[in-house]
Amino acid sequence: MSLTSDPPVGKAAASDAEREDYSALKVVPVRHPWRWAAVVVTAVLVAQFAHGLITNSGWEWDVFADFFTTRTILKAVWITIQLTFYGTALGFALGIVLAFMRLSQSPFLKSVAFTYIWAFRSIPLIVQLLFWFNLTYLYKRLDFGIPFGPGFFSFDTAGLVGAMSAAVLGLALHQAAYAAEIVRGGVLAVDGGQLEAAAALGIPRLRQLRRIVLPQAMRSILPNAANEVISLFKGTSIVSVMAIGELFYQVQVIYGRNGRVVPLLMVATVWYIILTTVLSIAQYYVERHFSRGATR
Amino acid sequence: MTAMVDIRSVHKSFGSLQVLRGIDLEVRSGEVAVVLGPSGSGKSTLLRAINHLEKVDSGWISVGGSLVGYRRQGDRLYELREREILRQRTRIGFVFQNFNLFPHLTVLENIVEAPISALRRPRKEAVRAAEALLDRVGLADKAASYPRQLSGGQQQRVAIARALALEPELLLFDEPTSALDPELVGEVLDVIKDLAHQGTTMIVVTHEIGFAREVADTVVFMDDGRIVERGTPAEVLDAPSHERTKAFLSKVL
Repeated sequence: MSLTSDPPVGKAAASDAEREDYSALKVVPVRHPWRWAAVVVTAVLVAQFAHGLITNSGWEWDVFADFFTTRTILKAVWITIQLTFYGTALGFALGIVLAFMRLSQSPFLKSVAFTYIWAFRSIPLIVQLLFWFNLTYLYKRLDFGIPFGPGFFSFDTAGLVGAMSAAVLGLALHQAAYAAEIVRGGVLAVDGGQLEAAAALGIPRLRQLRRIVLPQAMRSILPNAANEVISLFKGTSIVSVMAIGELFYQVQVIYGRNGRVVPLLMVATVWYIILTTVLSIAQYYVERHFSRGATR
Repeated sequence: MTAMVDIRSVHKSFGSLQVLRGIDLEVRSGEVAVVLGPSGSGKSTLLRAINHLEKVDSGWISVGGSLVGYRRQGDRLYELREREILRQRTRIGFVFQNFNLFPHLTVLENIVEAPISALRRPRKEAVRAAEALLDRVGLADKAASYPRQLSGGQQQRVAIARALALEPELLLFDEPTSALDPELVGEVLDVIKDLAHQGTTMIVVTHEIGFAREVADTVVFMDDGRIVERGTPAEVLDAPSHERTKAFLSKVL
C-alpha cells in the first residue's frame, strides 16, 4: 500500500446523471444580527440628536435666522473668501517657485528653499501673523533700489502693511511652505521617462514643465491642494486676533454685544459648511478635468 | 556616402562603473545599424549619448556633421546651452523601450506637440502631417484616443510617428519591442522595416536577431562597454569570429 493516492479515475469519469444537481435549491444569504442591533442603536442616537436640534430652545433658531444673512455677516463672509483666495493664490504661486527651487540642481537654491519650508512650517501661524502685524516695529521704512545701496522709492511700513495685507501676507507665506511640498511631491510622482521623452523631442524647457509635467503632476497635487485650501479657509478664523472683520471675528463682536453665543456660532458654522461644500464640489470638477487619459 | 553618425573613442562611467570603454563607430547616411549585445553591455547608454541624453566623459560624437552637445570655436569646445541641445535633438528621433507617450494627451496631440513647440510649425500644418504619419503606421482611426486605450504595439507605433513628426535625419530605437507581448512585436518591426527600406538612417538596439538579419546593413556586437565585432549580418550572425559573439548568439538563437 502506498501513501500517495491515485487519481480517482472512476469518479472523475462519472456521468452527469450521477452528479448532485444543486440548481433547483434555494440560496440562503448569511444573516448579520449584530449589524441590525448596531443600526437600531445608531438610529436612536441620530434621532435624539435631531430632536434636540429642533426642540432645545438653547439653539435659538430665530436668532440664527435673524443674523444669518445680515449685511455685517455677509460682508464678513466676503472678507473670509478674499483672505482665502489671496492666501491660496499667492501661497501656491510662491509654493511652485519654492518647489522648483528644491528640485533644481543648484545646492544654494535647494538649501534656501529647504530653509524657508523648514522655518515656516515650524512657526505657528498665529505667531507669524502677529509678527507681520507688528512689522512696523522692526522695519520703519521700506526702500526699493540697489541692494545695500541707495533707494529710489520708499514707503512707511505703517501705511504699506495694513491689517488686511499683513493677514494675507502671513497666510500666503505660511501656505507657500506647505504648497511647495505638495507641488514637489506631485512633480516627483511624474514618471522620469516623460521628461526624457520631452527632452528627446526638443520641446523647450518651460513648455516641458507647463505642458507635460504639471498637468500630470496635478493628478496627485489636487487632493492635497484641496485639503490645504479648505484648511486655509477655516484657518482664516485665526486672523480674528488681528481685529480683521472676517466671519469669526464679526460673529464674536455680535455675540459680545447681545450675548447670544450659541446661535451666532451656528451662523459662522453653517457658513463655513456651505463654503467648504462649494470648494469640495469645485474640487470634483477640477480633478475630473485633469484626469484625461487616465484609467483610474 | 558621408558619415551621418561619427563616434570617436567615447568613454562613459557612472560612478566607478565604466559603461563605455572607447567606442568608435561610423554610420553612413541611409545605413541601418543594428546593435546587439547582452544586458549591461552599454548599448542603451551609447544610443542615449548620441542624443545627448547622457553626456560622455571623453571622446566625441557628431551627427550630420555637427558635434553633439558642443560648439567648436577656434581650438576650444564650448558646451551648448540647453536650448541649443534641444534644437539639436529635433534632428534626431528617439524611440523608447517603454514608449513614453504623454498619457494626458491624445494620440494626435502627442504627435503635434514637438513640431508646434520646438519647430514652431503652424498647428494646421502639423495636424495634417500628423494625420499622414498615423496613416503610415496604420493608426489613422486612433487620432482621438488616449495612449492608455491602445495596445502596446499600437502605442509604440504612435511613438514612432511622434519621432518622425520632426522629420529627423537620424532615428534611434532603444529596444523598441522589448516591452511588448510576443504577438505584438511583428507590427512594430514591420513599421521599422518600412522606414529602413525608404532609406532612413537608423541605429536600432534590439534583441531581435531575425530582424537584424533581414534589415541591417551593419550588425554591431557590443560587450562590456566595447564593440567586439561589426560587419554585415552574414559576417557577424552567421560566421562570428569572436568567442563572445558566438556565445551570445548560441544563447539567443
